[in-house]
Amino acid sequence: MKAKVYVTIKENVLDPQGTAVQGALHTMGFAEVGSVRIGKYLELELDTNDKAEAEARVKAMCEKLLANVVVEDYRVELEG
Amino acid sequence: MKFAVLVFPGSNCDIDCYKAVEDTVGQKVDFVWHTATDLSGYDAILVPGGFSYGDYLRCGAIARFAPVMNEVIKAAEQGKFVLGICNGFQILTEAGLLPGVLRRNENLKFRCHSALLEVVNNNTAFTNQYNEGEIIDIPIAHGEGNYYCDDETLAKLQSNNQIVFRYKAGANPNGSIDDIAGISNERGNVVGMMPHPERAIDEILGSADGKRMFTSILNAWREQHGAAVNG
Repeated sequence: MKAKVYVTIKENVLDPQGTAVQGALHTMGFAEVGSVRIGKYLELELDTNDKAEAEARVKAMCEKLLANVVVEDYRVELEG
Repeated sequence: MKFAVLVFPGSNCDIDCYKAVEDTVGQKVDFVWHTATDLSGYDAILVPGGFSYGDYLRCGAIARFAPVMNEVIKAAEQGKFVLGICNGFQILTEAGLLPGVLRRNENLKFRCHSALLEVVNNNTAFTNQYNEGEIIDIPIAHGEGNYYCDDETLAKLQSNNQIVFRYKAGANPNGSIDDIAGISNERGNVVGMMPHPERAIDEILGSADGKRMFTSILNAWREQHGAAVNG
């Protein structure tokens, strides 16, 4: 089973990298770009077929290591 | 008194910390590898700067799970002195020993220069040789020193007098909330700071203002232990 984990900066927390990329896009003429948020994408291969167990274990991984929940949110998608 | 300087793969201020202890207070000091499982012989633990584990995932996120960190948490619970500098500060926040988080500098630049700090709380084991409100000159060198915590945590830090250092008004180099440069835990025995006192222990280095952090620690230890002046 494969888990896809998306880690993003919380909406109420400033994302300086995203703001810099937004500025660059505007300079290039992509005026339609509103806010830009930069996050992380992780793919985990899991040695299990139990979806409920996988979900609980990946959630624990996110809380403990993959995201810093003080400033980051995470979202998990399971496949296979 | 005995100091430990932790060494993670990617630490790069460990030798500076070691030499600073030798040169400022002349106490015993050891390098302690990240795999160590016993810190019981040490009175103060220094978590040095650098790029532990290449800053992979987040600064300090992986170092926080090194075996030695369980011992650092134990030492902190026992009331021993723990000082995290720069990456050490990031590790202590990831480990939950200090609240909040260090984010990317607001201007996205790696800032490496001397910085003026205000000593906000001189009633700690790390700052008792300074005057309250004193302005000191300690260099910074970081890309992710932008301290952040939620409003509730900030109010707690303020009311418990846990803000130890602030960047001088108008000279905040990284966008950190309330100009915070260093904080302590509630008990006051764990401090984290982005500036590098170990790089400011002699005028030849540009400033000797960091020296008193080390003499403060020794002073606090002697007061706790009623030790002789030569202890």
